[in-house]
Amino acid sequence: MKAKVHVTLKAGVLDPQGKAVEHALGALGFDGINGVRQGKYIEIDLKDADAGQARDRVEAMCKQLLANTVIENYAIEIAD
Amino acid sequence: MKAAVVVFPGSNCDRDMQVALREAFGHEPAMVWHGDSDLPDVDLIALPGGFSYGDYLRCGAVASHSPIMAEVKRRAAKGVKVLGVCNGFQVLTEAGLLPGVLMRNTTLKYICKDVHLSVERADTPFTAGYRAGQVIRIPIAHHDGNFFIDDDGLKRLEGEGRVAFRYVTPKGKATAAANPNGSLNNIAGILNEAGNVLGMMPHPERLADTDLGGTDGRPMFTGLAEVLKA
Repeated sequence: MKAKVHVTLKAGVLDPQGKAVEHALGALGFDGINGVRQGKYIEIDLKDADAGQARDRVEAMCKQLLANTVIENYAIEIAD
Repeated sequence: MKAAVVVFPGSNCDRDMQVALREAFGHEPAMVWHGDSDLPDVDLIALPGGFSYGDYLRCGAVASHSPIMAEVKRRAAKGVKVLGVCNGFQVLTEAGLLPGVLMRNTTLKYICKDVHLSVERADTPFTAGYRAGQVIRIPIAHHDGNFFIDDDGLKRLEGEGRVAFRYVTPKGKATAAANPNGSLNNIAGILNEAGNVLGMMPHPERLADTDLGGTDGRPMFTGLAEVLKA
């Protein structure tokens, strides 16, 4: 079973890296961009057989380590 | 008074900290490996600068879960003084011992240079060797020193007088130009609620000896020695 975790900066938190990517895209001629926010994608291969249990464990992982909830949100997707 | 320096894989200022503490305290600090789960009986625990665990995931995130950190938290709760410099500051925020977070510098550049700091208050164990309002020159060397906290958290820090150091001009003005990394309110160092934990991005241990080109960092260590001796 695989868990797919997206960690993203909360709204209102300045994202200098996203700004730099936005600027670079503009320099390449890609216009019409309202904004760029950069985040992380983490894939976890789990031994769990039960999707509910897997989600609970990944939730705990996010809170304890994978995300800093002061500035980041996380979204979990469980896939077979 | 006794001190310990925690050494993480990737620490690179642990020896500088060791020398600064040895000079000020008059004897050798204990160097404690992050994988140990116990600390000797000490009055001060220093978390040094560096790139613990290669800054993987987030700066300080993995180190904040090292076995030794559980004991550091226990000692901090008992009132033992804890000093985190640079990566040590990042570890303290990740461990929840200090609020806020250190984000990527707004310039996106690693910055290594001397900056000026105002000593916001001298009535803390860490700043007893300075005068309140004193401007000191201390080096910074970081990529992620941009202090961020939510509005309520910032109000609390400022309202409770928990900003220990601010980036300023040589004349002591906290201007945007004097702010090297985008930190809110030019914050360079903060205290916890009880006042026994200090985190700061600048490196006092790197300017604590005339051979290093300056001694503005030394009063932090001699001041601590005086306070802890009493």
